[in-house]
Amino acid sequence: MITQADLETLLLTFKVASLATVFMLLLGTPLAWWLTITRSSWKGGVNALVALPLVLPPSVLGFYLLVLMGPAGPVGKFTIWLGVGTLPFTFAGLVVASVLYSLPFVVQPLQTAFAAIGQKPLEAAATLRASPLDTFFSVVLPLAKPGFLTATILGFAHTVGEFGVVLMVGGNIPDKTRVVSVQIYNHVEALEYREAHWLAGGLLLFSFAVLLILYTVVKPQAVTR
Amino acid sequence: MLKHTLNRLLLITTLLAISAIAQAGSTVVAVAANFTKPMNEIAAEFEKASGHSAKLSFGSSGKFVAQLENGAPFDVFLSADDKNPAKLEQSDLAVAGSRFTYALGKLVLWSAMEGYVDSEGQILNKGGFKHLALADPKLAPYGAAAMDLLANLKLLDKLRPLFVQGENIAQTYEFVSTGNAELGFVALSQVLEDGKISRGSAWIVPESLYNPIRQDAILLKSGAENPAAVALLEFLKSPPALAIIKKYGYGLAE
Repeated sequence: MITQADLETLLLTFKVASLATVFMLLLGTPLAWWLTITRSSWKGGVNALVALPLVLPPSVLGFYLLVLMGPAGPVGKFTIWLGVGTLPFTFAGLVVASVLYSLPFVVQPLQTAFAAIGQKPLEAAATLRASPLDTFFSVVLPLAKPGFLTATILGFAHTVGEFGVVLMVGGNIPDKTRVVSVQIYNHVEALEYREAHWLAGGLLLFSFAVLLILYTVVKPQAVTR
Repeated sequence: MLKHTLNRLLLITTLLAISAIAQAGSTVVAVAANFTKPMNEIAAEFEKASGHSAKLSFGSSGKFVAQLENGAPFDVFLSADDKNPAKLEQSDLAVAGSRFTYALGKLVLWSAMEGYVDSEGQILNKGGFKHLALADPKLAPYGAAAMDLLANLKLLDKLRPLFVQGENIAQTYEFVSTGNAELGFVALSQVLEDGKISRGSAWIVPESLYNPIRQDAILLKSGAENPAAVALLEFLKSPPALAIIKKYGYGLAE
């Protein structure tokens, strides 16, 4: 059966994923918009940087985060200067790592959605004397709604499914950094296969349901819009 | 006539060379993470002495047992404890009677910072740190030994909220080594170089304060017919191997 400890890891996982998704949308929306409209020579570099977690093994990201966010690393020195201490082994650190790790899953669908809008609606808005900011909120955002839905679902689901980075920067602390994927790993290593099955099976169903929603509910809208 | 003899000689030497190559086998070894450094040295010596090669895989003992129960193709298992090999023997995954203690593990409280850990371990009482790293006691014997120690010192309840757990002793070392945890319990072998603590500060925990970490080796079923695997286990008991084991701070079983 699912134990109290298992439930806590589930709850924590959804907390991390929800918070990370909010931050990714806040960070990813302007980023994706800029990447869509810019003619800057930086575009290729920024695109590549955002997409890096897609190709890098989580161990690379986890290792560098541990070094950078540690007390001797630049990020660690900065957070100590801010007075919040170092980030590894903390809930906040887990959210930061998740945002970096899952960001391409939010930015890329948004970019696609923004690009699909094209120039015409923007030009029409401009002839009606809408400011760029007004255009963005009253024209771009509503038209890109399916993209936002896809980005939210993918960003959330990918954070739930993350393992390697969390294992490396989390420290396996109950209630703080022990997420469900790590808990499953611990169950398997301790030969507690029954407990592992409950959680692993649950996660399998969850992931399938999420993708099913994505492909049946969200996608047709995106096509028929 | 002479040419004929020469040809025959050439044939014989070729055959001899081929049979020597055939005899030099290789073996796949699962090694507990704490034994990484000595085992790399021992494997190199073993290859020199026997011509066999040993392919090493490092990780937590618990993980290896889980993998072995599901058919992992290791020939030899060097565990960080004696329970896991005994379990494998019972479940008929290892060769009965091949089990022996190759090293006695020693626990050390270590910090990457100079002068941070005092030689008596008083820092545990004093506190002032935010994170205490140890290996997951459920999976790693060195983590269980650290729990023993803290229970003996009656500090378990006080320090438990500060725990950060590595999946194995190597990850625990990484936490302390990068300074993310101010201090932590690691294996003496990880911080010892030429008989001295190589960097930072440490308290070598007296062995009376925790249950001895008997590290057992065992021949697994898939290695039973492999001469290289059998030779490696024999080599582990030889004076050159024992010297390396001792050099890294381990005790030797009587």
